Amino acid sequence: MNREAAAYWIPAFAGMAVVHVAAQWVHQLESSRYRLALRNISALAKVGPTGQKNSLQEETSAENDLTIKGKAYIAGIYEHPTRHAPDKSTAQLHAEVAKGAIEDAGLTKDDIDGYFLAGDAPGGLWPMVDYLGLNTKKLRHVDSTETGGCSYLIHLGHAAEAIAAGKCSVALVTLAGKPRTGPMPARAAGAEADFEAAYGATTHNAYGMCAMRHMHDYGTTSEQLAWIKVAASHHAQYNPHAMLKDVVTVEDVLNSPMISDPLHRMDCCVVTDGGGAMIVTTPEIAKSLKKPLVRLIGHGEAMKGPRGGKDLDLTYSAGVWSGPRAFEEAGVTPKDIKYASIYDSFTITVLMQLEDLGFCKKGEGGKFVADGNLISGVGKLPFNTDGGGLCSNHPVNRGGMTKVLEAVRQLRGEAHPKVQVPNCDLAIAHGTGGLLGVRHAASTCILERV
Amino acid sequence: MAEVKKYPAPVTNPETAPFWEAAKAGKFMIKRCTACGEPHYFPRAICPFCFSDKTEWEEASGEGTIYTYSLMRKSPTGPYTIAYVTLKEGPSLQTNIVDCDLTSLKIGQKVKLVWKPTDGAPLPFFTAA
Repeated sequence: MNREAAAYWIPAFAGMAVVHVAAQWVHQLESSRYRLALRNISALAKVGPTGQKNSLQEETSAENDLTIKGKAYIAGIYEHPTRHAPDKSTAQLHAEVAKGAIEDAGLTKDDIDGYFLAGDAPGGLWPMVDYLGLNTKKLRHVDSTETGGCSYLIHLGHAAEAIAAGKCSVALVTLAGKPRTGPMPARAAGAEADFEAAYGATTHNAYGMCAMRHMHDYGTTSEQLAWIKVAASHHAQYNPHAMLKDVVTVEDVLNSPMISDPLHRMDCCVVTDGGGAMIVTTPEIAKSLKKPLVRLIGHGEAMKGPRGGKDLDLTYSAGVWSGPRAFEEAGVTPKDIKYASIYDSFTITVLMQLEDLGFCKKGEGGKFVADGNLISGVGKLPFNTDGGGLCSNHPVNRGGMTKVLEAVRQLRGEAHPKVQVPNCDLAIAHGTGGLLGVRHAASTCILERV
Repeated sequence: MAEVKKYPAPVTNPETAPFWEAAKAGKFMIKRCTACGEPHYFPRAICPFCFSDKTEWEEASGEGTIYTYSLMRKSPTGPYTIAYVTLKEGPSLQTNIVDCDLTSLKIGQKVKLVWKPTDGAPLPFFTAA
């Protein structure tokens, strides 16, 4: 309510009503003045329950429910432009993406009071917090959840939970590494090691086994899978940083060498050095900054494995559980989604995720992705408009971070004009981590432009 | 396909040692829960289905069918076929299909167990039946 409106409103009421409305007006004026004057982020930081409601908190409809809906905003994003970094260290790449995301948000390193990282960060939390020089007097929430490529989607959900609970107010999430020019981080052996390690499961053949069974059960074809790469390549041509910028055809994909049946080379994502980072924060802090407002309204996470070998079914992923959890929390359906970031480690990954998330029925993914249906401006569901992991970037062989970043660009209206989805106000970012055909996690984030 | 591939010896641990001891004697063991009746693989002390500790070793037939497979053509150690095989007893397991024509495999095809030596206990593989 502004001054003029108030001037009209007050004479229209009499007695107590006038007093009440006037009091409201004075209160709102003071609040907005105070908000405009704020330059100190810590003044807006949420604190744990004190028994006194912070008068600056603007309630969402779900504020008091057990949900993260609308309680956390992505205020800063940064994707490292490099795809080949022989002259940088892995820790340095983490620092560079952290700096980029903090600056994008318009914040400073000293504002960070939550830090989220995964298995790609050298040494984990203690070394990284120290290396980055995070303010340890302020840092009050950390999380090193490691679920492979979807770690960062889970981090986004966990950051929202922490922010909703008042455990932190400005959370930094980083991903970086250099699989092309340095060693990959080691992973501790699981209980299955003696019973599986010798058989040489790799990403290529583990996803190949999923594709083989999907083709067997549902008649999915290599041509249909190829359309996913074709769509990604149409988008990548406009991304100056994309590793592969050439538009390819279905024939190009089918004629590329077979890597692990039935996956061709062009069914596989790129391997890149690089990284990305994001800043997740409270509604109040996000609104005090300059970037378009993008918030998380639904999140789901789930796990799947062979579980003793009973009823093995490699044609669906843990996305069948993470997806509905996220959609239910957000209160939207796949039909409402304007843009989809779907982890594309391989073409089959995208096809199975689209089915599992409910964009089409199980087994109909092949028909859904064909004929350019995923190409922005052409099909019904624009996907991975940065070129995705198939063409642009797949830092440290982990695709979850870049999925969030392009979804935020779309919601901000900052995607390349040739691929920007008009009036993009609702997006999904989804990914899996681990080996789809063996053991994996999935995480789904529903994002909304406010 | 005839070259001899070197496979890593199982590390083993107290929970799985009986499996590897049996393997040395040519017996392929799975675990079955006597509380819920479900068999499982790889073997655990606690049933992954009902969480009972009443699991017992049981010798499996070594017969199964291919659930899915993928011929890995680009590998520094040469091509190989990874697969899931569903055992006659029920559980499916990850393995390699070996010692047969890897270019004509089919989902649903019958396969049988073969052992491959390591510096420790042998490892279970499957070949066309």
